Parts: sequence; C-alpha cells; structure tokens
Amino acid sequence: MAESPKFYDEMYGHGDAARVPYSDYAKWFSGEEVGNLRRKSSQAEALFRLTGITFNVYGMEEETERLIPFDIVPRIITAKEWAMLEKGIDQRVRAINSFLHDIYHRQEIVRAGRIPEEMIAKNDAFLPQMIGVAPPGNIYTHIVGTDLVRTGENEFYVLEDNARTPSGVSYMLENRETMLHMFPELFSRNKVRRVSHYPRSLRRSLSACAPPVCLENPVVAVLTPGIHNSAYYEHAFLADQMGVELVEGQDLRVIDGRVAMRTTKGYEPIDVLYRRVDDEFLDPMNFNPDSVLGVPGILDVYRAGGITIANAPGTGIADDKAIYSYMPEIVEFYTGEKAILKNVPTWRCSEPEALQYVLDNLPELVVKEVHGSGGYGMLVGPAASKKELAAFRAKLEAKPGNYIAQPTLSLSTVPILAKSGLAPRHVDLRPFALASPKGVEIIPGGLTRVALKKGSLVVNSSQGGGTKDTWVLED
Amino acid sequence: MNNKMKLKISHTTSYHYDKPVPYALQQLRLRPKSRPNQAVLAWDINIAGGRRQVSFEDEHANTVDLISFEPGVQDITVHCEGEVDVSDNAGVTGKHLGFVPLWLFERSTPLTVAGPNVRGLVSEFDKPKDTLEMLHELSAHILEKVPYSTDQTSSELTAEQVVEAGHGVCQDHAHVFIAAARSLGIPARYVSGYLMMDDRVSQDASHAWAEAHTPGLGWVGFDISNGISPDARYVRVATGLDYLGAAPVSGMRYGHGTENMLVKLQVEQQ
Repeated sequence: MAESPKFYDEMYGHGDAARVPYSDYAKWFSGEEVGNLRRKSSQAEALFRLTGITFNVYGMEEETERLIPFDIVPRIITAKEWAMLEKGIDQRVRAINSFLHDIYHRQEIVRAGRIPEEMIAKNDAFLPQMIGVAPPGNIYTHIVGTDLVRTGENEFYVLEDNARTPSGVSYMLENRETMLHMFPELFSRNKVRRVSHYPRSLRRSLSACAPPVCLENPVVAVLTPGIHNSAYYEHAFLADQMGVELVEGQDLRVIDGRVAMRTTKGYEPIDVLYRRVDDEFLDPMNFNPDSVLGVPGILDVYRAGGITIANAPGTGIADDKAIYSYMPEIVEFYTGEKAILKNVPTWRCSEPEALQYVLDNLPELVVKEVHGSGGYGMLVGPAASKKELAAFRAKLEAKPGNYIAQPTLSLSTVPILAKSGLAPRHVDLRPFALASPKGVEIIPGGLTRVALKKGSLVVNSSQGGGTKDTWVLED
Repeated sequence: MNNKMKLKISHTTSYHYDKPVPYALQQLRLRPKSRPNQAVLAWDINIAGGRRQVSFEDEHANTVDLISFEPGVQDITVHCEGEVDVSDNAGVTGKHLGFVPLWLFERSTPLTVAGPNVRGLVSEFDKPKDTLEMLHELSAHILEKVPYSTDQTSSELTAEQVVEAGHGVCQDHAHVFIAAARSLGIPARYVSGYLMMDDRVSQDASHAWAEAHTPGLGWVGFDISNGISPDARYVRVATGLDYLGAAPVSGMRYGHGTENMLVKLQVEQQ
C-alpha cells in the first residue's frame, strides 16, 4: 500500500502486513481470483437493481434516483475500537437531547455563557414553535447518524451530527444482506456482529417514546413525502421491515384529538410517527403553508401531547455547522464529562485571532459557510488556485462571521476491489443511534461511504462515492 | 374614565361556504387569560358545525383551540361569551415571563420587515433618551404619517406596504409600530383583543395593538390607532410576533368553495 503513505490504511496500517482485524480477510482474499471476485461484484450490483434500492444520503435530496455502487471489500472495525466509538456516540446523543431540551426551555447554556446568544438567535434552525415543548422522555432526536472519519490507528473525529432525518440505514442492512448471500464463508470465518435487528430495535425504541395518551401497543407509522422522494425506497423498506404502515400526508386527518390514518377499518390513531418529511413541510398550518406533503394540525396535536413526532421538529439547531464547533462545550455542559469523540478543530472566523490564523494558513484549510450546505460556497485550500484563494480571502475579510475553517483531514483508506486487485480509497462512517427514555442503542456497524476515485477525499454519492459493508468484530 | 370596569363580551364569527367543505381545521386564539390587571370571570366558546380537537398553550402562553369542521358542512359558527374585570394600568403588562427569549421579539417576520419606508419613518428616532417617551412619540408619529382609514385594499399588508399606502387599520398600525420598534432594537409584539368603544355596544371587529419591552416597566401597550396606551376598556386576548401569530382565527381547508365571513361583536360595561 505504498501508493499513499501519507494516509492511514485500515487494512494495512502504514505497513505491508494486514492488521489483525483484516488478517483473516487478507488470507481469504489471497486465495481468491480477482477476475472471479469482479464477476461476483457485478452479481452483487445486479442483486441491488433487483431489490430496487436507490437512495441519496441526507443533504442531496435534489439528486435523481440512482444506484450507489457497492464495493465487496468489507470495512472492519475491532471490538475495542467499536467500544470506544459506541461510548462516544452514546455520550454525544445524550448531550444533544439535553441541549435540545435546554434550548427550547431555559437556555441555561446561553445564560452560563458557554454558547453566545447570537448562535441561537440568528439561527434559522431554531423553531420558536418548539419553545416549551417537552416530548415524551425529553427525547428530541430519536434517530441520529453521526458522521465519523478516521485519520490514524486511534484517531477518530466527528464530522457532523445528523440529528434531523439521517438516511442511509437501508444501505447498511442491504449491504450486509448481500455480503451474507455472496460470501457466506466469510461470516463463518469471522465473528461479525449482526445489524439485521435494526428494524426491530427501531420499532422498539420508537414505541418506548409513545405519548402518555397511548395506553398499550403503540401504533407506529412512517411518513414519507411520497414516491418522488429520493429516499422513498428507504421509507418503504423501513416501514415494511418494522411491520408498520407507510403513510403520506394526504392519508392523515386530525380526529378525536389524535392524528389518525386511513385504514381498511376506518381511521386509526397513530401514537408515534417516524417522519421522513422535513420540518418546513411537516405542517402547512404551522410551517410552510404551501406544503402539500405534510399533515395540517399535527403540530397542534403534538403540542397537546396526542402524538410523538420522531425526530422532533427543530432538532436542526443541534447539528448546524456553527453549533457543531461548540459540541465539546455542549457535551461537557450536560454530561459533566469530557467529550470522548473529538471534534474536527474548527476556527470560527468571527473571532479575530481565529480569522488571522485562517488567513495566514488558507492554502492548508477547508473553509465552509456557517449556514451553507451541500458543499456550496466552500473553499478547499489545497485544491484551490492562487486566484481562488485571493478571492476567498477577500470574502473572509468582508464577512468573517459567515465562515468557519477546518484543517484538511487525512481521511483513512480501506481497499476497494479495483481492476487489478485491492486499491486504497478514502472512507467515512455513519453509525446509527436510537434514543429513547430507556437509553441509547447504537447498531454495531453503520454505513461506510467510500470515494471510488483514486485520491479523492469526497465520499458523497453525488461525487462518485460508493458504499461498503461495515463489520464490527466480536470480542 | 373609570379605572376599573366589568366588561361583558359576546363575539360571534360565522363562516359560510357556497359548497360543502370536506375537511377543514381552524386554530382559535380566543381565550383571554387572567393577569394582574385583567380577571377573566367567565369565558365560554361554543362551536356550531365543528368540534374542538385539542387545546394547548403556545410559546406566547396563548391558549389555542384546534377545531375541525363536521364533514360536509357549509356553515360554521364560533361563539365566545364571557365577562372580564379590567383595571387601568396605563398599558403596562409587566415583566417578561416564560421561556421565549426577548431577542425573539427583535427578529422581524415577513409582515414586519423594516425596509426603506419604515426606516424613513423612524429616521429621526434614536434608541437613547427615555425609551417610554420615545415609544409614545413613535406611536403618534405613525398615526400622523399613516392615518386611520378603513378603505383598505387588502388584509395582511406588510409594514412596508402600509407605509406606502399611507393609511391603515389597527392591525396595520400595529405592524408598522412593531417593525419600527424592532428596527430600533426594541423588542415588540402584536396583541389581539377587544376594545369597548365608548359610544356604542356593537363593535366593528376585534381590535389590535402592540406592546414594546422597556427596560424599567417591562411590556407596555400602545394602541397606535387611538393614540393611547390600553386602559380599562381593553381586554387582552392573544399575543404573537405579528398578526399571524396572534390571529383570533386562522385555518386551512380542503375543497374549492368561496368563503364568506361575518363578525358580530358586542362589548359592554356591566
């Protein structure tokens, strides 16, 4: 793996011998014929086409439906590594839920001076309609997808906390299913922790968040924007796997103080709605009046305690880029512990010293707009021309408060099956966490996204990224 | 002017549709609350043609009733009746309470953006000196530049459009005042309620005014249209960032029929 010695390779470390978690896989691989594996890889793709899985990860909703390439080389995580990640994610998810409760109530963290007031006051993700609303168990974000990157043997960083409606979990499940089908022998040789219970865990976790009005057997449903949404497959898949109804806004009415869905037996009240519709479109009576995807009055029923909405409206205030830079403070403030998982060091250009540092080191940094998304208005220093750097410098000086900067991370690599055999490519990881009053459950594994282009650090599916099965090994 | 009054209120809002309505919801912000200078002795809401689904307290402590229409109705009537003791407190409603941070009342909403028109109106005003005195001057200045008139062309005008039009009703005045106050860095909010006009029992419509937050007194009301601060003739019902957040009735319905609304309001002293 001498190709990119600068980067940590999860299979080979910085050397030539496979690391312990990959040693069995490497042995198995050396006994296989590349041509044969490539044929199997095409079969896997055909399998995906057959099931019809298409989706786009959060923040790329504008993309048209497409199949995301699947790579057959698994990404392997040791029990010890996972134990640390699990603890770190658990801590972060608990902190985020406490933060959300605080932000929509007394705002102690602002009063204590740990977060500047304007971070909340000038933030569009703050929903005034959620002020004073305490959902069952004070759980605001029920399903979290924490994006992690690795830069070394023991170096993990959180890239972002997706606390709104993280997607991609169907890929985690289908990737495993496909691997089990194509390479059953690998799973008898390696003790890989299961992920297939995710739908059951999701249903149990959502049920545990039922409102007090529900006395027994909570009715759960999945709300989708409909068949034209890029993640529709995932919505239908999860509803099917959980054994609950998949509904659209037009199927729902406010009846007897509850939100009820049309069924063959008439209207049935819903206790917990797992909604995959964004806040803005959720309720035309309370948010965007032009929305035809939502359920009029659902927020009123919610505020009266007649339904649980997962994730709660207004959770975006916790995963916004500007708030992200305060996550270490947030974790400490609410848990009394130091954050186990590190944030990527972030310079807030609103602070003069930070701005000076950023201006002095611009060619090495990644600069992002505080409220931007989807990579717009972003500068990748090492890839920018002199002219681009100069233009961005002017923008930074004119409106420093609009930007944050981060070092360019040396993302770890995991090999993919390329034409001539294994070749390292950069990866990230999105594990999925479920929060309920009973605690936080993190599924051992997650979605590994991989940049299929050599040298590329962009793992997004829209930029030629693919996915891998993610193995967490048993102790 | 008495500084204590017992007001009897009867407020009926009727809607007629030329076609049956398959499904509709309305949010009512029609329940006044007891507070230091306002004691609600009795208050009832009756709905004909619809039913109450849920009630909750919104972020501004307004009690909201969500009602649904009976399927297929063409007429719905919301009738409120009650008695309220009010005492004159020179418009002061007091200290800011609840979880809503004061900065929220400095954020403009689509109806209360201070553009060139509103900014022009406040160009000679400055935040310093006595805030209370300044707000009274601002209120008078708005009434002078934008006199009261009911020949409006449209409801739900923005503050900018109202200044442009050069005249307005109570709702418009409140929006201009709120936009102006916020542009000066003063938290301000919209109030909907009832006013007993001295010369009559039947009132045209429910009333609206504004409140601004001052350092010493807390929230103080300004009835721009009448050039005074609310006294014992004013019943405060709901507050919000603008009309949309405090509207007595707001809703949505499926179907294509046209709507006719009729309001009957009586406010009399007992």
